Amino acid sequence: MNVLICGVGGQGVILFSDLLSSAALSVGLDVKKSEVHGMAQRGGSVNTHVRFGPKVHSPLIEVGTADLVVAFEMLEAVRYVHFLSETGRLLYDTYRLDPLPVKLGMVERPDDDELESRIRARAAEALEVNAFGKAVELGNQRVQNVVMLGAVSRHLELPKRAYLQAIRNNVKKKYVDLNLMAFEAGAELAG
Amino acid sequence: MSRKLLSGDEAIARGAWEAGCRVAAAYPGTPSTEILEALAEYKEVYCEWSTNEKVALEVALGASLTGARALAAMKHVGLNVAADPFFSAAYIGTHAGLVVVSADDPGLHSSQNEQDNRYYGLAAKVPVLCPSDSQEAKELTKLAFEISEEFDIPVLLRITTRIAHSRTVVEPAEREERPLKGYEKKPSKAVMLPAFARLRHVDLEARYDRLREYSEKTPWNRVEKGSSDVGIICDGVAYQYAREVFPDASFLRFGMVNPFPSRLVRDFAALVRKLFVVEEVDPFIELHVKALGLEVAGKDKLPRWHELNPERVRSALVGEARPDRTKPEEGLPNRPPAMCPGCPHTGMYFALQNQKVIVGGDIGCYTLGALPPHNGMDTCIDMGASITFAHGADKALGDSDERRRIAVIGDSTFFHSGITGLVNVGYNRSDVVTIVTDNSTTGMTGHQEHPGTGRTLKGTEVKPVDTAALARACGIDKVVEVDPYTVKQTRKVIRTVLKEPGPAVIINRRPCALLIGLKDPPKAVDLDKCTGCKTCISLGCPALTMQDGKSMIQATVCVGCGMCADVCPKEAIA
Ligand SMILES: Cc1ncc(C[n+]2csc(CCOP(=O)(O)OP(=O)(O)O)c2C)c(N)n1
Repeated sequence: MNVLICGVGGQGVILFSDLLSSAALSVGLDVKKSEVHGMAQRGGSVNTHVRFGPKVHSPLIEVGTADLVVAFEMLEAVRYVHFLSETGRLLYDTYRLDPLPVKLGMVERPDDDELESRIRARAAEALEVNAFGKAVELGNQRVQNVVMLGAVSRHLELPKRAYLQAIRNNVKKKYVDLNLMAFEAGAELAG
Repeated sequence: MSRKLLSGDEAIARGAWEAGCRVAAAYPGTPSTEILEALAEYKEVYCEWSTNEKVALEVALGASLTGARALAAMKHVGLNVAADPFFSAAYIGTHAGLVVVSADDPGLHSSQNEQDNRYYGLAAKVPVLCPSDSQEAKELTKLAFEISEEFDIPVLLRITTRIAHSRTVVEPAEREERPLKGYEKKPSKAVMLPAFARLRHVDLEARYDRLREYSEKTPWNRVEKGSSDVGIICDGVAYQYAREVFPDASFLRFGMVNPFPSRLVRDFAALVRKLFVVEEVDPFIELHVKALGLEVAGKDKLPRWHELNPERVRSALVGEARPDRTKPEEGLPNRPPAMCPGCPHTGMYFALQNQKVIVGGDIGCYTLGALPPHNGMDTCIDMGASITFAHGADKALGDSDERRRIAVIGDSTFFHSGITGLVNVGYNRSDVVTIVTDNSTTGMTGHQEHPGTGRTLKGTEVKPVDTAALARACGIDKVVEVDPYTVKQTRKVIRTVLKEPGPAVIINRRPCALLIGLKDPPKAVDLDKCTGCKTCISLGCPALTMQDGKSMIQATVCVGCGMCADVCPKEAIA
């Protein structure tokens, strides 16, 4: 299974992929996950690759072979859509976070309709998930990633308890309940 | 023990701990930083953030020579800083095992170059080990300690970003306690006077010959037999990509790439019809294979720059045209990294705008000030080069150019290699103005402590170095401090200092907003007062944008630092 996750530095892309990969590990699969730290995390475009199955070699997904692309921001969805396989599925948050050059008025961002039509033209299946909105509703925008994880769980074969355990093992104690709620909310959004 | 998902960095830390390592030193640097962060969690290992990589390697060598297994970790360019002790350490050798980790960064995810540090092994005659996943990273770390003791030599463990920052499955084991070996003074081995060093060089060559034999026989350099059509020689993560693209080929994979096992390669070449070398960046293996007179394809097909990945290996060596659906969408705005909301560097760069200056820049989060809207840097060369560049420019330009020569340097960078440059300014007298952006942390690499923060890696409270007093002791009489959140005041101070002759230091003091988790109530724009002059926009804060001719603050992004309110000429932000 090849899952590519993309978004903007600071959106919790890395924690999302940690949770997903530890869920896959806990059911006995081989797992590889790749991410990048440092400069790229400072508000730049961020992506992580998670691969699991009986045996995984490359930590990177080859373009055109992702079963799932998960995008935390719409522009980033378009940036990584070419990783999808012919039958791959895209889950994307309609949340919008303009890059600095756009904010400074140096370049134009294609409008949301154009982004959406580009997505539709490329992805065999594309589903909107308003994870950011749901997170704000839950009182903490930082759980956008775990809302998204809940939604993603509906599109993968891993058992629910594996995700819940991953959340308990990886999230700071005082945030566990909030994150479990976020996960359920996300699963509902996609269900 | 149950399987764990560990990054390559964490696996190296685990391996060092299991191998009984007692002392570890590093200076942070992506992608190596997490090695010491993980190792510091184990109470049996003394760990420190040294002031720079040369210091770290010498600390580790000191521990090794006095009988403790020791490790030094750094990013690839860190080994340039530590190159001096690295070469001497090869002559001197070790007492207890000494492992040097170099984390190279093909693809320049977070670096100023993509040098290939396997060459350091060749140049210093030091064995080089190169894991291809986290489990191997752990095992090879342990092996490195063994080799280091058996052959009386430091061992270079060379990883790359994809090894350092990929999490793969690891089987943990128990720690093997390694008591101190007992120290005995041995000047002929450890005092590199020419007379002793001459003999140590001869000895090093003998040790290196024995290592070459070891490299021929170690199970870490092994053939995986597949089809006899294609044979692939590779090391590190390149093995994983090649395996993916050529599932049926025969493989010769190196876990130890230096010294080079020539016989093994010759024998492998005889097994296959076509020989490929798949390696990242430089043709290091290929060079050796070609020296054997063997016909091989490598960098004539594969790129010599940037990271490899499965599609790059496939398109170079298989040559199939990629279907259109796998090509990236065009015409999208880039999303370069940017300074965070509330970043004190923003205020400093705003204050510098429109000044007549030539700016020697340095490395850290503040390097992002080189980009629009600040365009606030003329150079960024290597750590510490801001002050020395400015000094050289000042000596060259003299009165011929009215732009003041200044340096912008972070606090951690200042301790790493800025101090010697500042002493040079004081001693050789130039008019350089040095701005130290003191945000109380090593920001770029993820908030490590440093001598100015008052805490060590292990969490001990210590007396912080007084940067202002230090600058004065370096011979700089004019030292002022400002708070970059009071942007206009900062600009006033900078302007005044720039007008006066003589060297000066301006310390911009305000902690990193991420470090302290700043989240004050967001600011808002009073649309009646805002004239759309864009003054606030030129702070380059990610929370600010223009909407319908007025400035707008994105409340979910804003952390309430108030710099925009400070600079607004119409007092339209509160
Ligand atoms: C020789 C060398 N070692 C390490 C690094 C990695 N590195 C780049 S900048 C930096 C320190 C940044 O800290 P600071 O100077 O305090 O600036 P900040 O990022 O906090 O603004 C480090 C460790 C490097 N580029 N070169």
